[in-house]
Amino acid sequence: MIDELEKAMYIALKDLQEYYMKPGSISWGILFPFVFALAFMFRHGGLTTWLVPGMISLALFFGATSMSGMSIVFERRIGSFERLLLFPASYIGIALGKSLSSFFLGLVSAVPIFLLAYFILHVIPAHAILLVLAIILASFASSSFGVLLSFIIKEPEQVMVILNLVRFPMMFLSDVIIPVSLMPHYLLSIVLIQPLTYMTEAIRYASIGSCDIVSPLAAYVVSFLIGLAFLLLAAYAIKRSRT
Amino acid sequence: MDEYAIRVEGLKKTYPSGTIAVKGISFCVKKGEIFGFLGPNGAGKTTTVRMLVGLAEITSGKVEICKYDVSKNRKHVQRLIGVVPDISNLYSELTCYQNLLFSAKMYGVKGSIARKNAEEILSFFGLERYRDMKFKALSKGLKRRLTIAAALVHNPRVLFLDEPTSGLDIISRRLLWDELIELNKRGITIFLTTHNIYEAFNISHRVAVINKGKIVVVGTPQELGRKFSVKEVIEIGFYPYNPEPRDLLRSIKGALDVRRSNGYLELIIDNEVDALEGVVSYAKHKGLGISLLRLKEADAEEVFLKIIGERIDR
Ligand SMILES: Nc1ncnc2c1ncn2[C@@H]1O[C@H](COP(=O)(O)OP(=O)(O)OP(=O)(O)O)[C@@H](O)[C@H]1O
Ligand SMILES: [Mg+2]
Repeated sequence: MIDELEKAMYIALKDLQEYYMKPGSISWGILFPFVFALAFMFRHGGLTTWLVPGMISLALFFGATSMSGMSIVFERRIGSFERLLLFPASYIGIALGKSLSSFFLGLVSAVPIFLLAYFILHVIPAHAILLVLAIILASFASSSFGVLLSFIIKEPEQVMVILNLVRFPMMFLSDVIIPVSLMPHYLLSIVLIQPLTYMTEAIRYASIGSCDIVSPLAAYVVSFLIGLAFLLLAAYAIKRSRT
Repeated sequence: MDEYAIRVEGLKKTYPSGTIAVKGISFCVKKGEIFGFLGPNGAGKTTTVRMLVGLAEITSGKVEICKYDVSKNRKHVQRLIGVVPDISNLYSELTCYQNLLFSAKMYGVKGSIARKNAEEILSFFGLERYRDMKFKALSKGLKRRLTIAAALVHNPRVLFLDEPTSGLDIISRRLLWDELIELNKRGITIFLTTHNIYEAFNISHRVAVINKGKIVVVGTPQELGRKFSVKEVIEIGFYPYNPEPRDLLRSIKGALDVRRSNGYLELIIDNEVDALEGVVSYAKHKGLGISLLRLKEADAEEVFLKIIGERIDR
């Protein structure tokens, strides 16, 4: 068990060393969420306290998924991914390793938003410790989602296109930037099956002390379960990828 | 102690596409052996290796490595083996040393031993001066060598190599053969695939020939050589003129046939030392100079197909 965690960490560090500077990770993972947040801030209405949690969760989500897109699709394409299957490690361990590197990039992506929120807007989190937990859960859910999603993408050139085809609708339909109260009622059920909704709600509760549409407990529990489920599915996808 | 490093029984592989790549093969590799797995393109070599090392699902049959069943004890088997895939697929942004260290750690080799192993293997392959160069900056030949090095960082008992010398020039290839022989002397059992008959015969203790998913024949190079009489070619140019082929053939011991080719002569031989000696004394005797003298390996695929063909004819 410790052994598997250790190997997962080696994989993650290796990935970070290789991919953090790749254009895909930087532009879509780090720059995009930041520029997006800046745009909101300068626009009329500004980066309101309500929006900050959404922006954090968006940054985690884009950062984490961009990284796994890079590290998995690219490696599968050039045949390096298979090296991982030669090592005496479990498929879950490998999935966890891949997910961890994305997890870290997710955290890095959220840093600029933090700086914006807490130094410029002086937003003080309602529950600081819960906020740490929420961010960890959200980044983990995003990263294992990214790992799983990356397994269906074959060509490196398509990574960002396909990721964005999935990410943008998720972003608009999840209480991240548009409050659910402003949405037509029939969209509510879609919002409620979105992983991003629960991640954002968890961060929102820790930041401003209340959730919009789900209970705080549900937000945390579901975020964790989503991360776990995607991780297990990703491990299965890795096992299946052996032909 | 079991004398076998690898035991394969009735191994079959059907790909999801329906292709039957391996059609029920059985063989054993003894501990301490260099075992050549020789076959033309598409014979099923890569598919077989991938099943042996746990990279591909086994359709049916049984594989035991050092007594462990690969399907049941994948992780245990993988600790005991090193694998060199048919492509050089290390991580391009990592340096040579970082790549080796990563492999060592993933094999469970700890801290200072991992670092020591990585340094040692670099020096074994003469790659010290590329230590801090990124993998992507290496030449194709060096990439291949480092990929082989990465399979050895955990001191495996059995080393699998899928076409280790593909893309290497003749010098690097011979160097690698020497290194593989040296590793074998240190006790590592070696399983290598190749489509090059000379490679298989030169360094293997035993060779299995595979074609269309079936093993055609297994034996020592001597046994197979006798059976299929594999020959080499010397290309020679004399000056001021080339002699009559028939005259040359008669005068040179070890020459089996002579033919003209692009202004030179091609001598088909079965013993290069005798033949080269013969060529030199022939030239001296006739007062001729030698403008070109080259030992050629006959086209491996061609020779190989001839073997298969000969067998079918019989
Ligand atoms: N992933 C795959 N899916 C379907 N068929 C495959 C797959 N990989 C290989 N094959 C087929 O299986 C057969 C054996 O291929 P394999 O790669 O094992 O041969 P090989 O002996 O390694 O050839 P080469 O010398 O070209 O490397 C071929 O007919 C090939 O087309
Ligand atoms: Mg092959």
